[in-house]
Amino acid sequence: MRCLGLLKADQETEAGVPPTPELMARMGEFMEEITKAGVLLATDGLHPSSKGKRVRLSKGEVTVTDGPFTESKELVASYALFDVKSMEEAVEWTRRFLEVLGEGECEIRPIFEPSDFGEEFTPEQREAEERQRAQMDAKAKR
Amino acid sequence: MTAPNTHRAIEAVWRIESAKLIAGLARIVGDVGLAEDLAQDALVTALERWPESGVPDNPGAWLMATGKNRAIDRLRRRKLLERKHEELGHELEAQQEMAVPDLDAALDDDIGDDLLRLMFTACHPVLSTEARVALTLRLLGGLTTEEIARAFLVPATTVAQRIVRAKRTLAEARVPFEVPRGSELAARLSSVLGVLYLVFNEGYSATAGDDWMRPALCEDALRLGRILAELAPEEPEVHGLVALMEIQASRSKARIGPSGEPILLLDQNRARWDQLLIRRGLAALARAEEQGGAFGPYALQAAIAACHARARTPGETDWTRIAALYDSLAQVAPSPIVELNRAVAISMAFGPEVGLERVDALMSEPTLENYHLLPAVRGDLLEKLDRFDEARAEFERAASLTRNARERQLLLERAVACEGNLRPEEQE
Repeated sequence: MRCLGLLKADQETEAGVPPTPELMARMGEFMEEITKAGVLLATDGLHPSSKGKRVRLSKGEVTVTDGPFTESKELVASYALFDVKSMEEAVEWTRRFLEVLGEGECEIRPIFEPSDFGEEFTPEQREAEERQRAQMDAKAKR
Repeated sequence: MTAPNTHRAIEAVWRIESAKLIAGLARIVGDVGLAEDLAQDALVTALERWPESGVPDNPGAWLMATGKNRAIDRLRRRKLLERKHEELGHELEAQQEMAVPDLDAALDDDIGDDLLRLMFTACHPVLSTEARVALTLRLLGGLTTEEIARAFLVPATTVAQRIVRAKRTLAEARVPFEVPRGSELAARLSSVLGVLYLVFNEGYSATAGDDWMRPALCEDALRLGRILAELAPEEPEVHGLVALMEIQASRSKARIGPSGEPILLLDQNRARWDQLLIRRGLAALARAEEQGGAFGPYALQAAIAACHARARTPGETDWTRIAALYDSLAQVAPSPIVELNRAVAISMAFGPEVGLERVDALMSEPTLENYHLLPAVRGDLLEKLDRFDEARAEFERAASLTRNARERQLLLERAVACEGNLRPEEQE
């Protein structure tokens, strides 16, 4: 199963304080370990929210808001995509990551897989799928 | 943490640490069967203690220390036994001298080397293919006997026996716990890669109603492949196999239709291909090529898969390159199936007439006699050449050979469609 791990932002990440060389070195080792374990699919750090934007559509109207955003508990500083056997395994890897970091908070969310939708698609989904394929076929024949 | 939660946390730790633990212990005791017993002992101790003490900060080191202590106990006991035997003047069996080695120094050795040794040992040619698969999933994948049995649709007792027998065979054959060197390495590595790809394909062939353990085999094989790629980064075929598996896995959501029917590559909705896995696959293929391995059988198959992965629509597929890659594949790994695929690629690149010539050359191939895709491909080419009567006969023959009901239906539909295309003078 795949899980998305989200590291919550804090004052330092929001201020754009770079990690110390020691932390970088320890984190490098950890990244090597988790890559060697075949578990890490992708990971990246995010710029502070001051460089971000929020786009919102409400009642037909689009609003674009520039960062920074204040409710830092809800902000994300980095993400990691894991391929694991269970949520418990994702928790264990996240625990190890946080030990390296010293402190912090992560949220882990399992990613939807086809099996989560049950044995069959709903009739609507199936119909949409068939339609899409018919369009593809028509295009291919042209 | 409550007891059931601790148990699940221990399972997760086990999943992460068991292979390293077994590998490290196997080097000390020189026997993978005994190493697994010792690792299991350590796990039992953890299950007893951790619910009260909590999971230690470094659970891997804790398990290794516990397993190591058990190993020392056993070695001492064996030493004692040996001395008694000597005192009694018994002829010692030609047993390997089990001096208690400098365990700490041994443990400080690179754990990665041990994992590699464990992979080579589990896939040793003295074992049957089934035994290699079972042992690899058990020792390296951390799967239980029951999980392996469910995934391969066989009784758990069968798998248990296979594992017991495999461990005994390794011990009796005195298979050394080491990474093979020199000329032996290539053949032994190809056995390891073969086992991983077999596990992957078993998962890939799972169908809609199957137990989820079956498709999960793809993930197990990919994970082991990714681990191996980091352990043996200079081996191009390892990256080739990883590339092949990543790219094939990228299509898993697109290759089965809503009613469980297989969807052929060219008919798949490419928007459902997993771009992350494609990127990883292409990166692995690049690593294989950097290591000078562009022409290994796995790298070539991965390169063919990559041609499809790069094409945003079927029309953009670089068939000329695919045909050239099949030419190379036919040289390094010749087989009638490769020839058939090569014929298809040639027909796509250079037209159905040329393809048909190639297919006709395969008609007398005994191994393809009952292979439904041969008449299916021939029918397709004949249809493209407007030879509908012959095409219909081929589709009907293909339908009679396939064991998949859904596929049979599709082939019969194509046969009927050919009939509709017959010109009046061709009608019977």
